[in-house]
Amino acid sequence: MTTTTPTTRKVHRFTIKRFLADNGALVGLVVLGLLLFIATPAFLTGQNILNIGIQASTIAILAFGSTFAIVAAGIDLSVGSVAALGAMAAAWMFTDASLPGWLALIAGLVTGLVVGAVNGAANAYGKLPSFIATLAMLSVARGLTLVISDGTPIKTPPVVSFLGGNIGPVPVPIIVLVLAALVASFILNRTVIGRAMYAVGGNAEAAELSGINVRRIRVIVFALSGLFAAVAGLLLAGRLDSAQPQAAVGYELDAIAAVVIGGASLMGGYGKISGTLIGALVLVVIRNGLNLLNVSSFWQQVVIGLVIALAVGFDVIRRKTRSS
Amino acid sequence: MKSITKVTLASVSAALLVVGLAGCNRTPAADSGAAAPLKVTLSLSTLNNPFFVEVRDGATAEAKKLGVQLDILDAQNDSATQANQLATAASNGSKAVIVNAVDSDAAGPAVTALNKAGIPVIAVDRTVNNAKLTSFVASDNVTGGSQAAELLAQSIGEKGSILVLQGVAGTSASRDRGQGFTDGMKKYPGITVVAKQTANFDRATALNVATNLLQAHPDVVGIFAENDEMALGAIQALGSRAGQDVKVVAFDGTDDGLKAIKAGTLVGTIAQQPGNLGKLAVEQAVKAMKGQPVDATVPVQVVTVTSKNVDEYLK
Repeated sequence: MTTTTPTTRKVHRFTIKRFLADNGALVGLVVLGLLLFIATPAFLTGQNILNIGIQASTIAILAFGSTFAIVAAGIDLSVGSVAALGAMAAAWMFTDASLPGWLALIAGLVTGLVVGAVNGAANAYGKLPSFIATLAMLSVARGLTLVISDGTPIKTPPVVSFLGGNIGPVPVPIIVLVLAALVASFILNRTVIGRAMYAVGGNAEAAELSGINVRRIRVIVFALSGLFAAVAGLLLAGRLDSAQPQAAVGYELDAIAAVVIGGASLMGGYGKISGTLIGALVLVVIRNGLNLLNVSSFWQQVVIGLVIALAVGFDVIRRKTRSS
Repeated sequence: MKSITKVTLASVSAALLVVGLAGCNRTPAADSGAAAPLKVTLSLSTLNNPFFVEVRDGATAEAKKLGVQLDILDAQNDSATQANQLATAASNGSKAVIVNAVDSDAAGPAVTALNKAGIPVIAVDRTVNNAKLTSFVASDNVTGGSQAAELLAQSIGEKGSILVLQGVAGTSASRDRGQGFTDGMKKYPGITVVAKQTANFDRATALNVATNLLQAHPDVVGIFAENDEMALGAIQALGSRAGQDVKVVAFDGTDDGLKAIKAGTLVGTIAQQPGNLGKLAVEQAVKAMKGQPVDATVPVQVVTVTSKNVDEYLK
């Protein structure tokens, strides 16, 4: 008995250390929340928590798509443009092509899926690095959005505007966010395709040799990323009651930041949807807090940059802990 | 099909040649005889945007009135195209050039070349960096900011807390409008600006930022947004409070902004007058060609649009 006690204690201590290292983003989020709670009474109110949830929905859903890409050792730079294109396609189908609202909504989602699949095909079959394929799509999709809209906002169908509203006291964006998280998590953890993403991201050659169709997985990864981007774009359009030609410009960087803060490795093979969700919440809570505290716009950019650097620093420490 | 294309090409080239020759003939005539109209070239960044179409229309009308010939070129938002057009203007007998730069930096070298050829250059709406400008004609954003302050102050009864949504940090439009607004607000000691935050001139960002700010300052009675897009985001954040217990004032006079004024959610906006930009640019060009004194900067007045006069601007 006496000999085993120290061992148990050691294991216990190790677990706490391990927990801190594995959940750096969560710890960061809690610390951030505590600091803001002390700094301003406006932070921890029911309405503000809902606001944070609504504001996180767009970034988090984009970031779920990016998580697929990053887990599979790729990167998707086109998500912001694809979000805008998906929403614009839906709004255009409704107003100019007079499709029923729900069909226009589906058309918007399909647009995202197809554009994403093109990214994936360019990467898997065209041998373009995903960085380049999606960088090209960032420009093409934004251009198409401008072409369709002629540079002006288009009104969204009621079913899309509903996405920006409430069901009872619960904002629809938060419901969509939760559903998207569950679906993304299910795909990554419980499906053959999801597990294959980790395998491809960890070591593509080994995955190929073990019988995984790597190219097919890559197409699916980017198609899913495009689909999630379209969902995020439709949600954003719903909140604004209109599809904006310049919607979601630069959001791809927020999405990547959320994934990285959430603990995924840019080298591929590692990443979790729960981590990405926390990463997105960290970004949104910082912006929310800086607004509540009325911090100068110039300093906000400095603070956000520092937090990203800090989070990636955590990632490095964590990886050391894991390997030791 | 092929032969038709060839014939078309040939006739177009022939036509161009004739026009070109005619242009060559006109140049010496303009030098010798006072009867031939003076030629001014206007290079616009794009004609694919209603704002610049109005600049063109204002310039055309003024050129007709003053009896000068105005050549209008569309750079299609391409700096290289614009540089070529400006280079051509130097050799085709233009006595003055009005440029609405695609990019303030990229237009520099081409304008320097015009400087060397002794041709006066007037910039309109956007300045040109690293070159000599005879005159710069642009909207008076500072005065506009003060007009916005006045309008907002009046609509909230000259007292209470207000929010300011700023544009992209560091841009001249945001700086000037913000400066003018701050100056204008000095007249109203009963009004406190409780928060100033950027929303990057973007509707979606403004929706988030305004939501957050309303959380911290639930008692605000007014919001000034440095452009219409941000005001529309703030209105979305306010929901049914917009125009009722919170008054919003904006800047630009875009279609959506004017519609919001009509709907009562936006109290007013400070509209630019693109037609006047074109008109005053031509006026300066003609003065410069005739050797009369010109103003280094010509601020163009902006107008306060409210529900009273919105119908004049809504198309």
